[in-house]
Amino acid sequence: MSALPVERVRVAVVGGGPAGLTAAAALATQGVDDVLVVEREAETGGIPRHSDHPGYGLRDLRRFVSGPTYARRLTATARDAGVRLETGAMVTGWAGGRATTRRLEVTSPAGRRVVEAEAVVLATGARERPRPARLIPGDRPDGVWTTGQLQNLVHLHHAPVGSRAVVVGAELVSWSAVMTLREAGCATVAMTTTYDRPDAYAAFHLPGRALLKGPVLTGTRVVAIEGRGRVTGVVVETLATGERRTIPCDTVVTTGDWIPDHELARLGGVELDAGTRGPLVDASLRTSAAGVFAAGNLLHPVDTADGAALDGRHVAGRVAAWLDGPPTALPVPRAGGVRVRAAAPFRWVAPQLVAPDGGVAPRGDLLLWVDEHHRFPRVQAHQDGRLLARRRVAWPAAPGRVFRAPWSLVAGADPAGGDVTVSLG
Amino acid sequence: MSPDPTPRPEHLAEPPAPYDVVVVGGGIVGAAIARDLGGTALRVALVEGRDDVGDGTSKANTAILHTGFDATPGTLESLLVARGYDLLGEYAERTGIPVERTGALLVAWSEEERDALPGLRDKARKNGYDACELVDAAEVYRRVPALGPGALAGLTVPGESIICTWTTNLALATDAVGRGVELHRSTRVEGATVGDDVTTLHTSRGDLRTRWVVNAAGLGADRLDAVLGHDRFTVTPRRGELFVFDKLARPLAPCIVLPVPSSRGKGVLVSPTIYGNVMLGPTSENLADRTATGTSEAGFDFLLGKGRTLMPALLEEEVTASYAGLRAAIDRDDYLIDLDVAQRYLLVGGIRSTGLTAGMAIAEHVRALLADGGLAPLDPRPDLPAPPRMPQLGEAGVRPYEDAAAIADDPAYGQVVCFCERVTLGEVRDAFASPVPPCDLDGLRRRTRLMNGRCQGFYCGAHAAALVESGGVERTPEVAR
Repeated sequence: MSALPVERVRVAVVGGGPAGLTAAAALATQGVDDVLVVEREAETGGIPRHSDHPGYGLRDLRRFVSGPTYARRLTATARDAGVRLETGAMVTGWAGGRATTRRLEVTSPAGRRVVEAEAVVLATGARERPRPARLIPGDRPDGVWTTGQLQNLVHLHHAPVGSRAVVVGAELVSWSAVMTLREAGCATVAMTTTYDRPDAYAAFHLPGRALLKGPVLTGTRVVAIEGRGRVTGVVVETLATGERRTIPCDTVVTTGDWIPDHELARLGGVELDAGTRGPLVDASLRTSAAGVFAAGNLLHPVDTADGAALDGRHVAGRVAAWLDGPPTALPVPRAGGVRVRAAAPFRWVAPQLVAPDGGVAPRGDLLLWVDEHHRFPRVQAHQDGRLLARRRVAWPAAPGRVFRAPWSLVAGADPAGGDVTVSLG
Repeated sequence: MSPDPTPRPEHLAEPPAPYDVVVVGGGIVGAAIARDLGGTALRVALVEGRDDVGDGTSKANTAILHTGFDATPGTLESLLVARGYDLLGEYAERTGIPVERTGALLVAWSEEERDALPGLRDKARKNGYDACELVDAAEVYRRVPALGPGALAGLTVPGESIICTWTTNLALATDAVGRGVELHRSTRVEGATVGDDVTTLHTSRGDLRTRWVVNAAGLGADRLDAVLGHDRFTVTPRRGELFVFDKLARPLAPCIVLPVPSSRGKGVLVSPTIYGNVMLGPTSENLADRTATGTSEAGFDFLLGKGRTLMPALLEEEVTASYAGLRAAIDRDDYLIDLDVAQRYLLVGGIRSTGLTAGMAIAEHVRALLADGGLAPLDPRPDLPAPPRMPQLGEAGVRPYEDAAAIADDPAYGQVVCFCERVTLGEVRDAFASPVPPCDLDGLRRRTRLMNGRCQGFYCGAHAAALVESGGVERTPEVAR
């Protein structure tokens, strides 16, 4: 292993999705002349590549385009800015096993090498939990997919789906699955959600509703999948009554329930947050490993693609500052940061650290995930029993998508104080 | 579907001469027997009802290379497991079957279990295994710090190891084919006519004529036995469900953690897997349905409950897969290996999960029995080909994606097609080009680990399906409009 060739770059970005491409493009635009994006797929663009419906680019490009168009635009922008995009190359670990080395082991058909970077941006994204991780028992027939696999099958490989689908989940991505199924000629006969109401942006929800051929079964969970060979049905239980029934279908799509692709971060000993399961970061998106930053849905599973892209734009400035400054000028976040924690019904919060030199979070937002619907939420932050701030926001807090609160809630935390808790008040 | 390498029925009809031996069942045991007999001058066939070898009970066992320390002393099983441990260990080195010598630790969680440990050590000695040591609670936690609170004592079994059961089965079958054994997959034996010199097996693909029949049909062994006119045992499918946890959990399980058998029933084990995961299970449930490989809510609840006590930190990790395997339990406490000379028929029944370890020793034993029964010639041929070198699926070894020299030689080993398991296009291509190629995605999974990882197809599933269709040939997927 020691004999591997070493390539030195200024910035290595791991993952060529919206966050990674945008970070790389912004760095190149700011004059950093040696930025490499390593992408394991054959094409850059990330998940939008196979989400072939409109809804992308609103907040970063000020456009409303389809996923594939969005992916191509971000790719072109990065390439035009002078970023080197290496596809079909996978970062498999860190030389020496520690992220602090900023030495990435890369495998590609061109060979195996070490990429040594002055700064690393982890933008490895998130994936949907597949059926085994959701602990759905029963038979193991064909025809059970995540949205990601479904959209890969339909949009990239033009493979046949089925004719009657049950979609597990009723959040933003679930409606995306419904649209993809429709395009593949497969009717969605039911959607199930454990929540007491389906949740998605109205822009998705309404056209999605028109495509749905069956009910949204709220307050239910899937307790079994049936079928040998191919799916024949799912057993759905009503949570309140325990009543069960079988819905005949030949396709099941398990949607949402995202988990960050944190393997590389963990392999390098980067500290994770127990809530998001992504790297613990401050508002500058610095991780616990000096010179290693993170951006996108690796940090908040999951925000929309444009949200991830804006993380990328934000982190670029912080990476540039790290490259310019003496290494000691920017301590790793744990040196002096105050920890931010989420209290139920919030499941997680990001960023999780208020550092004295950390600045303001991307877009000035504190991102949260909520497990209950609150129509007029009032968010508050406490430190050491003292109320730091309380804000009423003009939008609902709903499960299944990121909830935004102002970073200013926690910005005034006492650097010498204890943890800050964010809750609903 | 992919091209099917199994000969069509017309090839089976009326072979020029009957086989000397037909081995029914392409699991570990059947493949080991076919390989062993294939080393003689006899004409041998291996017949498998399913589409692939190792697709029944052999694919979903706990994948432990057993020392046999806890077998019932004096049984045939105890002898064959101990012998098989050496045979398979040595064969694994020659063929590249992944093995990790992790050792095992029996952990006592109650007074009763603790009191049982010295007896288990003595039993191991009776089985010829002297390496077990009693250890106190502090030593138990030193060895496996992630264990939950309440462990009282332990017994070490340094020789217990983990092994790749899929590669073992494939190595034996590939070796058999290399030695001239004819492999017939998708060929289900449905009836038999025993003649004076020749037995005709009526299969789903036509008749097969043979002088001798070896029944290694696993879950179906009692039925084949009945077809041949016997009524001596019943196979009860015993379902074992298990969870496979994410590879990131691997440091939690540095060795196999075994339960101590007690009046509370059989516990579950926590074991590292050869692929770098951690396994929790199995449950144990007798069933009537021999095809019930589904998982159950009760099974999941049981495993989660056990896991919470055994190793709470494990439950914080993601579950990568859940499986249900069927074991071929019979109503006696030993293997049932019996020769009927008049019928030229040998039964190999009741081979439980220990059959993975014992398989090659069972084959030796079978050859000796057949020799006693008058089958000849059973001497090894002098011109035997070398055993196959199997693909390196083990996480502890160097895999193609991290082998700079292999990639420099052949860029396909640098093209990762399954990110979670780091399977390369070169390995997929090799699997399809192998003497016993896969027939479907599951077969490809067992040969390469493709799609066995944490995403379960979120990233690579569609690509994997396309590779199965094309037989491992990369076609550039059409990028969406």
